[in-house]
Amino acid sequence: MNQMLQSRFAEEWTVVGRLADIPVQGARVVKSRHGDIAVFRAADDAVFALRNACPHRGGPLSEGIVHGHSVTCPLHNFVISLETGVVEGPDEGCARTIAVRVEDGVISLDLGRLAGVAP
Amino acid sequence: MTRQKLIVVGNGMAAGRVLEHLFDDAPDAFDVTIFNAEPRVNYNRIMLSPVLSGEKAYEDILIHDDAWYAGHGIDLVKGVRIDAVNRTAKTVTAADGSVHRYDKLLIATGSNPVIIPLPGKDLPGVVTYRDLDDVDRMTAAAKAGGRAVVIGGGLLGLEAAAGLKAQGMEVTVLHLMPTLMERQLDPAAGYLLQRAIEARGIEVVCKANTHAILGETRVTGVRLDDGREIAASLVVMAVGIRPSAALARAAGLDTNRGVLVDDAMRTSDPDIFSVGECVEHRGTCYGLVAPLYDMAKVAAKGLLGTPGAYTGSVTATKLKVTGIDLFSAGDFAEGKGREEIVLRDAARGVYKRLVLEENRLVGAVLYGDTADGNWFFDMVRSGTDVSELRETLIFGPAFAGATPLDPTAAVAALPDDAPVCGCNGVCKGKIVSAITTKGLTSLDEVRTHTKASASCGSCTPLVEKLLVATLGDAYSAAAVTPMCKCTDLGHDEVRRLIVAKSLKSIPAVMQELQWKTSCGCAKCRPALNYYLLCDWPGDYVDDQQSRFINERVHANIQKDGTYSVVPRMWGGLTTPAELRAIADVADRFAIPTVKVTGGQRIDLLGVKKEDLPAVWAELGKAGMISGAAYAKGLRTVKTCVGSEWCRFGTQDSTGLGVKLEKAMWGSWTPAKVKLGVSGCPRNCAEATCKDIGVVCVESGYEIHFAGAAGMHVKGTEVLTHVDTEAECIEVIMALTQLYREQGRYLERIYKWADRVGVAAIRALVVDDEDRRAALLARFLFSQKHAQVDPWAERVAGFEAHEFAPMADVGYKEAAE
Repeated sequence: MNQMLQSRFAEEWTVVGRLADIPVQGARVVKSRHGDIAVFRAADDAVFALRNACPHRGGPLSEGIVHGHSVTCPLHNFVISLETGVVEGPDEGCARTIAVRVEDGVISLDLGRLAGVAP
Repeated sequence: MTRQKLIVVGNGMAAGRVLEHLFDDAPDAFDVTIFNAEPRVNYNRIMLSPVLSGEKAYEDILIHDDAWYAGHGIDLVKGVRIDAVNRTAKTVTAADGSVHRYDKLLIATGSNPVIIPLPGKDLPGVVTYRDLDDVDRMTAAAKAGGRAVVIGGGLLGLEAAAGLKAQGMEVTVLHLMPTLMERQLDPAAGYLLQRAIEARGIEVVCKANTHAILGETRVTGVRLDDGREIAASLVVMAVGIRPSAALARAAGLDTNRGVLVDDAMRTSDPDIFSVGECVEHRGTCYGLVAPLYDMAKVAAKGLLGTPGAYTGSVTATKLKVTGIDLFSAGDFAEGKGREEIVLRDAARGVYKRLVLEENRLVGAVLYGDTADGNWFFDMVRSGTDVSELRETLIFGPAFAGATPLDPTAAVAALPDDAPVCGCNGVCKGKIVSAITTKGLTSLDEVRTHTKASASCGSCTPLVEKLLVATLGDAYSAAAVTPMCKCTDLGHDEVRRLIVAKSLKSIPAVMQELQWKTSCGCAKCRPALNYYLLCDWPGDYVDDQQSRFINERVHANIQKDGTYSVVPRMWGGLTTPAELRAIADVADRFAIPTVKVTGGQRIDLLGVKKEDLPAVWAELGKAGMISGAAYAKGLRTVKTCVGSEWCRFGTQDSTGLGVKLEKAMWGSWTPAKVKLGVSGCPRNCAEATCKDIGVVCVESGYEIHFAGAAGMHVKGTEVLTHVDTEAECIEVIMALTQLYREQGRYLERIYKWADRVGVAAIRALVVDDEDRRAALLARFLFSQKHAQVDPWAERVAGFEAHEFAPMADVGYKEAAE
């Protein structure tokens, strides 16, 4: 279903800030017309974006502790892969990922393909 | 054959290498003219650092001398810049106005150093580090002595710092990021590097954002964002390079960050080639020499009409500072499907990390022992399947193919006189004989009988292996629960080693205690942050990113992502003015719920994160500070009204509660700490189910602790009875300090007391007056640094990024 919806919406790259705006092993929120997006910066400066809602109870993932390429949800300690959005370990669920591009320290998100998914 | 006319713009290492290939392959193909803006021949730019440090001279780093150019019939025009390219006429115009025709043009303009647009950047004494002129300026400045500030802790900056130090200057390196060379190194290796740099007497300040360069007629120092000023007679900006693509851009060639080239190193004009740091190939700009050489080979072929294919380079970095061994290659970021192999040898200061993907080595970071660097680098480039070698891969080629060594067998093979515990001088034979003759079966017993592993503890794994080798299956490792999956050490061991080895940062702990992951997890990081904060007050800088959200934003997160705010009400006392301020804040920010808490305070629930600083500012104006209702630290001191009003009150319980709260607020503890003070044994403040409680009696004060009224309900234990209020406060502070030092992270006081025993605690805090005085002194010292209102700090702008979204892209349209 997601695949179908994705294909209906074209890429739409939107600049949201600079790498330096996000603390290392931290996150910032981007408010979009499709809801809040959490943009993460890992210790190795890799940048990821997820819908800012834990698949468990909707906790704001942007507020979690970032470790490796994972984030621990601040509400109930679900650990979510920043790369895939999939909940790690025995728990189940998946947070929606958003494509990220970092060029010259400027971060862009692909908001186009996010459009087909209800917040 | 008529010779074609080749004009080369720029005479750096890339251009020089292209010409070498050209003359090797087809010595008569071109008439070559080179325009070089620098008034020199081609020299080895990567050897600037040894020139700066005085280890080499300019003559030593020449690649092509004048004779070479003459011998190949090259017309080298030194010190003349090319200003324009006319692609229709196929000519270039030089700064002196002369016009020159070309058949083929090679643009090798290199890169320019990035100049941060700071006030004072143009003052004399502010230099970049890019060419020999810069080196001359730096050595001249060094002769005058004084302090140099190097902005940038990357490859160039550190080499500049080491060179200036070797020239006799005092040197401070300012680096924006938390660890050095973060683009090439992971935090663990960055930590080791910082230690090595500091050991050479170079000061390193990380997370340092330069605010301004100071001086009137020439540079006198720099000022950081935090207001700190550092005096300096020389400031070196080494923050990076930018491709020099202006000429190509003005000529109408396709450019992005650099001059865009295809796999044959051709620009968008088929007669114009480009190589070196000025190009952008498949989205990447390179600043290291190896890729430039790869490009040069392909460009030479292209110029000769037989296009090759450059497909990009895997890069490797070595730091050229004598005595520091550092190597990184490939891509060592974590990633999906990637695995890491980490080897840490704390004693030798060695750190190695290999990153594997689908059984291929994709990246390597080596520190301390880089002998195998090229072997790993070859493997990265060739994409060799390493599944066969995997077990011993990290030990390098010497081990490749050999049978994996069983660590226990290796220990068993040690001679009897092999030293095991360096601290206490215990050899293997002594430990083995103690195990067999005394029938020892545990690590603790070995410690007691031999003192091995009883001091710093770094030989613990070795001693355990000796137990295994001697007892076989009869030995089962002590049931120490590791802190988390990142280490085999338990909380107590980690705490002991932090103090014993003077470890003062999270990367230091992870390196020295041989963490199994590169940067920890959500379990160990908050624990380590607390331990370091507790053990090194005033010294350790709190790592905000290792804090749970509530302690990072100093409010309690709620299920809907809003926060609750609880200002301190000392001993449960408040005033009309405070209540008015709270009411006004609730109105002004439309705070949906206002509730009285169980700890005798007022909770404002449903505050939006962005509103927090403004809410705190309002409360702060009325004199209120954070109630720390979110902290693993002192929370509330609940009191009854006591002798001031109550007809049964024996002492001023409210007053004592206020004094305790004023003395103890701001302290961080392993888990939350709640106090209660009751004015008489009727115990209206419910002091006997608190972490620490006081029950006032006619004869003085009964001090209780280790109660609980959460998931477990437990009455307190009586610690002691004291006669005076002052003594009561002292004992409670000493008790709290002991808990701070012994408690495991997230272990409440009652669990700690269960574990170590009430009697043992009483012996230290009550019976031993010297120990109590020492505990008290440590608590008071820590409080000097801890009693800073986090709300006021954030109202003043600290960690401002926490409270604002990074961007708002089209949210408003949707709200229509």
